[in-house]
Amino acid sequence: MRPKIQFLENTLIERIIAEAKEILSTLGVEINNPAILSLLSDHSAKVDIEKERVFLHSNLVDKALSTTPQSFRLYDTLGNETNNFSKNNVHFTPGSAAINILDSNTKKIRKPTTEDYINYVKVVSQLPHLASQSTAFIPADVYEKISDSYRLFLSLLYGEKPIVTGAFTAESFHVMKNLQLAVRGSKEALREKPLTIFSCCPTAPLKWSYATSQNLIDCAKYSIPVEFISMPLSGFVAPVTLTGTLIQHTAETLSGIVIGQLTNPGTPILYGGSPAIFDVRYETTPMGAIETMMIDCAYNEIGKYLDLPTQAYISLSDSKQLDAQAGLESGIGATLAALAGINNISGPGMLDFESCQSLEKLVLDNEICGMVSRLIEGINPKEDFPAISLFTELLDEKHLLIADHTRRYLRDEHFFPGPVIDRANRSRWIEEGEKTLFDRAQGEVEKLIKSYQPSQLSDEIKNELIQLMEREAQRFGQEKLPKR
Amino acid sequence: MDILKKISVSIQHGDDQSVFTLTKRAIEMNIPPKDILDHGLIDGMNIIGDKFKHHEIFLPDVLLAARAMYAGMDQLKPLLVKDGIPSMGKVVIGPVRGDLHDIGKNLVGIMLKGAGFDVIDLGKDVPPEKFVNTATIEGAKIIGMSALLTTTMPVMKEVITILRNQNLTDKIKTIIGGAPLSKEYARQIGADVYAYDAANAVESVKQLIQK
Repeated sequence: MRPKIQFLENTLIERIIAEAKEILSTLGVEINNPAILSLLSDHSAKVDIEKERVFLHSNLVDKALSTTPQSFRLYDTLGNETNNFSKNNVHFTPGSAAINILDSNTKKIRKPTTEDYINYVKVVSQLPHLASQSTAFIPADVYEKISDSYRLFLSLLYGEKPIVTGAFTAESFHVMKNLQLAVRGSKEALREKPLTIFSCCPTAPLKWSYATSQNLIDCAKYSIPVEFISMPLSGFVAPVTLTGTLIQHTAETLSGIVIGQLTNPGTPILYGGSPAIFDVRYETTPMGAIETMMIDCAYNEIGKYLDLPTQAYISLSDSKQLDAQAGLESGIGATLAALAGINNISGPGMLDFESCQSLEKLVLDNEICGMVSRLIEGINPKEDFPAISLFTELLDEKHLLIADHTRRYLRDEHFFPGPVIDRANRSRWIEEGEKTLFDRAQGEVEKLIKSYQPSQLSDEIKNELIQLMEREAQRFGQEKLPKR
Repeated sequence: MDILKKISVSIQHGDDQSVFTLTKRAIEMNIPPKDILDHGLIDGMNIIGDKFKHHEIFLPDVLLAARAMYAGMDQLKPLLVKDGIPSMGKVVIGPVRGDLHDIGKNLVGIMLKGAGFDVIDLGKDVPPEKFVNTATIEGAKIIGMSALLTTTMPVMKEVITILRNQNLTDKIKTIIGGAPLSKEYARQIGADVYAYDAANAVESVKQLIQK
């Protein structure tokens, strides 16, 4: 039996959806994009051009939902399947788009460089419990306007895992799409085997900016999967109650589904988000707050009720260092998210309100993900009945260390975390240098950077990626890309 | 692959039947028993020990390898004795008087045997004199004592006192282990070494024997 957690009764889900639809049809949603307003108007939505507001009646929402895929898969740069977003399958991906990195040596934040990003790709490529990469942070040594495509470029060049990413401007979508076409070879091949997921974020409350809505329709045109990242902040730009926040999240996400599906029916999506409560003491948006996690798990239930695959920014921390708070917030988040069956869990490596990535934390979080993956496999009997013969063996031999039963099931039944998790007895721990969690994680990061093997993508494709990126940089006046 | 290499690989796979057959064949081929031991059995166990240390394999794999080692060792032993080749050394082990907990000690025993040592296992609840007398009679160079209870720990010191009184501390070294013990406690009571787990005990015994 797969263990599960549930926050909402179906009757409550139905009321939330009904209320969200009512908001969309009565109060509408603001969309700063004339092409989309025109598209929606063509589909009989009432549009107030002047206020850039569109009123989506529930038939339109239902129509969009009826064409939204219930599942989809991701494939690495070589074409191998890595993620199957369906049912209660759970995959982890690093938290994305941090502006800082926690320096391994000084333990202080700083702006990341190309070298940091390449090291990150080297590490994430070898972490077994992270199914995909994300464009986890933003290298600051390139011109700002190419910083989004540049991350994707480095990920495609050095790593093989598929990528959760996003564009910062409407314009940069094009090179980010071309980079993917270079890997897959054609638009059809890319549609057949999606390589990335683009985050598209409505602005709370109930608004789509030009850039993100344009990204959404551009992705739809190429059947590039989109994850909707609605970010209501309870008590600030959303109702203080968790239910009220869920109504807003539902309305914002459904409006995104309508835009995407009317642009290209069948565009794969993740019913996602990054909501949070607003901490009125510190004026911050704690991702590690238990209520934030509850909202995440609950909107995931709404997504599942609508038969859609889901995503959330959960299993990350607001702490500034790799400390106990970082562990507990990430651990609780990952556990709840997996029990809830959130299909794509974004968060590992992230600290400080989604603003700081740490490679050491990423290595630790990989172990959390491994433990949680074991947790949701649950307890399943394996040759345990009848028990007499095994217990006879135990009483005769006095241990079962080398019993056939042990050898058959040891590695399935017990999860063995890497050396970041300390399970040595105290004496051994002392003998091995009294290493703290950070020391151990640092050691692992160094080891992984050394043991990295280059991506097996062909040199021809790699060269094409380099040419595309160099041209994009030159377009913005950056003659040369940073040394790699 | 030469036959000694094959023996080593079979040890690593924990395949006792292959080790038995290959060792028999190696003996028939007139390969010196000492070479079969060093380049076959011990070589395999050294690789296993190394992999275990680096978490590439786990305890069950080590124990299986140790079992496979016995399958070869049982045939070699009489030949080694005949050739006048000394064993790796004898080790007397047991939980001290009052302590009935022998799981850890058993593990140490299996692993020491797997490393090629002659192990004299005194069972459990072993009186201090018995450790010393057995070691003296058998010519063992090492006494290994374990305790799980804080109340039985002091018995270890009694053993060391007897060794001191009989001027045996140069000839017979002591190694202690068990949950409540520590390096510091070993120092306090004058034990030569504290081992934090079974694999560490094997390493420590090897070092003590070389001294």
